[in-house]
Amino acid sequence: MGGLTRALGGRLVQAALVALLVGIACFAMVEFLPGDQAYRIAAGRYGEDLVSTAAADAVRLELGLDRPWWERLGAWLAALARLDLGVSLVTGERVAHEIGHQLGHTLLLSLAALALSVLLGPPLGVLAAARAGTAWDLAGMSAAAALRALPAFAVGVALTWIFAVRLGLLPAAGAEGPAAAVLPALTLALGLAAASSRVTRDVALSVMRSPWVAFARTKGLGEAAVVRRHALRNAAAPVTAYLGIQLAWLVEGVVVVESVFVWPGIGHALVHAVVARDVPMIQGTALVLGLLFVLLNALVDLLCILIDPRAGERRR
Amino acid sequence: MNPIVRLAAAFGLLLAFTCPAAAETRTLRIASPWEITGLDPARSGYIFARMQVAETLVTADGAGRPLPGLARSWSVSPDGSSWTFELRPGAVFHDGTPVTAQAVVHALERARSRPGPLAGVPIARMRAEAGAVTIRTERPFVSLPAFLAHYETIVLAPSAYDDAGAVVAMVATGPFRVETLQPPLSLTTVRFDGWWGEPPAIERASYLAVPRGETRAAMAESGQAELVFVLAPETVDRLRRSPRVVVHSQPIPRSRVLKLNAGHPFLADPRVREAISLAIDREGIAAAILRSPASTATQLYPPSLPDWHVPGLPPLAHDPGRAGRLLAEAGWAPGPGGILVKDGAPFRLTLRTASERPEQPPMAAAIQAQLREVGIDVTVAIANSGDIPAGHRDGTLELALFARTLMLVPDPLATLLQDYGPSGGDWGAMGWSDPALVEALHRLGGETDPQARARLRAEVATILHGAHAVLPVAWFDYHVAASRRLAGVSVDPLELSYRLGGMRWAD
Repeated sequence: MGGLTRALGGRLVQAALVALLVGIACFAMVEFLPGDQAYRIAAGRYGEDLVSTAAADAVRLELGLDRPWWERLGAWLAALARLDLGVSLVTGERVAHEIGHQLGHTLLLSLAALALSVLLGPPLGVLAAARAGTAWDLAGMSAAAALRALPAFAVGVALTWIFAVRLGLLPAAGAEGPAAAVLPALTLALGLAAASSRVTRDVALSVMRSPWVAFARTKGLGEAAVVRRHALRNAAAPVTAYLGIQLAWLVEGVVVVESVFVWPGIGHALVHAVVARDVPMIQGTALVLGLLFVLLNALVDLLCILIDPRAGERRR
Repeated sequence: MNPIVRLAAAFGLLLAFTCPAAAETRTLRIASPWEITGLDPARSGYIFARMQVAETLVTADGAGRPLPGLARSWSVSPDGSSWTFELRPGAVFHDGTPVTAQAVVHALERARSRPGPLAGVPIARMRAEAGAVTIRTERPFVSLPAFLAHYETIVLAPSAYDDAGAVVAMVATGPFRVETLQPPLSLTTVRFDGWWGEPPAIERASYLAVPRGETRAAMAESGQAELVFVLAPETVDRLRRSPRVVVHSQPIPRSRVLKLNAGHPFLADPRVREAISLAIDREGIAAAILRSPASTATQLYPPSLPDWHVPGLPPLAHDPGRAGRLLAEAGWAPGPGGILVKDGAPFRLTLRTASERPEQPPMAAAIQAQLREVGIDVTVAIANSGDIPAGHRDGTLELALFARTLMLVPDPLATLLQDYGPSGGDWGAMGWSDPALVEALHRLGGETDPQARARLRAEVATILHGAHAVLPVAWFDYHVAASRRLAGVSVDPLELSYRLGGMRWAD
């Protein structure tokens, strides 16, 4: 249990550091971007027809954008210490309130994508391992390489064309009803499954060819028992650990896929906040995405310890 | 429970969520690129006005002629500076309270105190009277009703504001009221039975902001939205072939223009500005990028604005040969790499454009290539629309490409006053002004004689045509995809309303 506590404690410290660094990095990036923040925010608020010098001056005055940078950053950090993420410069809503709305959607999409990828990737990997070296294996590898190489938005547009426009089975955009989640989740899941199927294939092959599996067979265990008792658990640990690495890809993919499918999540909000230079919103959304990454990684760690108790021992 | 029964029940539940029940009210689903950025009328007021949730005192027909809105009628004193707007008796807000003259004056005062078209109107005072609002202007101002059709002046109930005066709920007066609101993406409305006019046939509508053109086209094609606004040019032909939709295309009062910094040492010479205009292949851009040869601009105002389009003006032409001669006359000589040089300085400029309209970056790239042919080296900088007025203000802007509304309010005068004042305008002239133009615009504000007004309009359009301070590139076609399941669809060229009130289900 000590290993578990220590692992989670480590993640907690990591989370605090992530919060601090993400906030400062976002602030610095917006500060150094070319263009005048007041005009950008005015364009975000009032649209192209009404953004003007007068509107930008009013924004500058209202938001105190002419204060020195250290004063503005200091104010944000002080507020963060009180767990206050501030107010969106564009909509005037509390950032925490907006993110509260969006987080549920992003979590739903991410978990659906993860679940779909687990249903698709590892079974396909095991199949490929069972037929290693055949045309099936090669086809699997080619498909995985293609899906991995294509950017998520291209996969998303292709899936929309097939399932929404041609077949008329699923909605092309929006978040109304569970059916709307299928295409964005599938877009993300295909990329994830492409990688995890290959990892599963290689791990499954090496496990099945290992001396202890050979020994289990030699001592007279049936094939089913060999797989259930010895192979599955040994193969699951590296696949799960790899899933952790994949999460970075998921967080990045969410940003793109939410924009393509008009999914009202954090990634979508982040893209728009960047365009409109809505600093508190950028900091807030990036922070939550960062923390989400840490949280999911902690969950993966936990899973790895549960699957392979030696991982916990080693941490000690 | 038997696991199979359980599975079937779960599946049934899923289906029930996915497919709306037949008995439920049908929803007219609308998709448009614009996000709901806030409740304040100056922010997303246009979305609430187009969805017919909120109303202004005055509205307008497709040609820009003022029509009664929340004001039943209006009158003006013989001197043209004292206006009385009679409110509709019996008009109520969505919370059931009556529309009062005080609520109207509050909305107008609020709009006036913020940057926007109304702030530029010479209003001396506004007064709430019994069932009417009176407005006195400092000088005769004939176009006042048009300014009261702008969405920043939508009239909201006292319950819409918090103690600090911020808008916290969209409690307005239109034939539809807000049912759910999830900024920045979605909005649903239901018919408001207390509306003063003929009740609409449509009972329920929804709005989804879909910034990407391909996604909007897919929604129209798959039947996921009944009305899709602002179709990307490259998706229009495909949608025209779709059996599900009818594409309505019509010119609207918006022009894609190239703004030149006439204060820049390279661009101060009018011959150079004319040469740039001659170097642009407008027909090529309209045909290849906008897929609409008819949108080739021959002057600032399109023929769809007959009051302002001047048929006698020589059309803007593509003549690189003449452009080269004008540049040579202005002292520019061929230099290394084919780039023109004058006094040792190569002819290099930066063209800013915004990514909000996806056709703009390719148009900028085409202009870059066309100017390169006459020896001008252009760098394209793609930014956000706010960077264009920012560059105007700090003087760093050289060239800018954007789509400017010609009718900020249903009278082009509002845009002209903002863009071509004595010191230019954020979205208009830069480093150029003409006292004759300023005078003509000023007189147009007060002139009531129709013939004199027509002469002044022609004078304004002619001066702008010859100045080459802002170069028209292409007019604007507004493409809307409407489902065949809808009848009575019409498109408002002024984008004041989606005209849901006149639509009904065809099946």
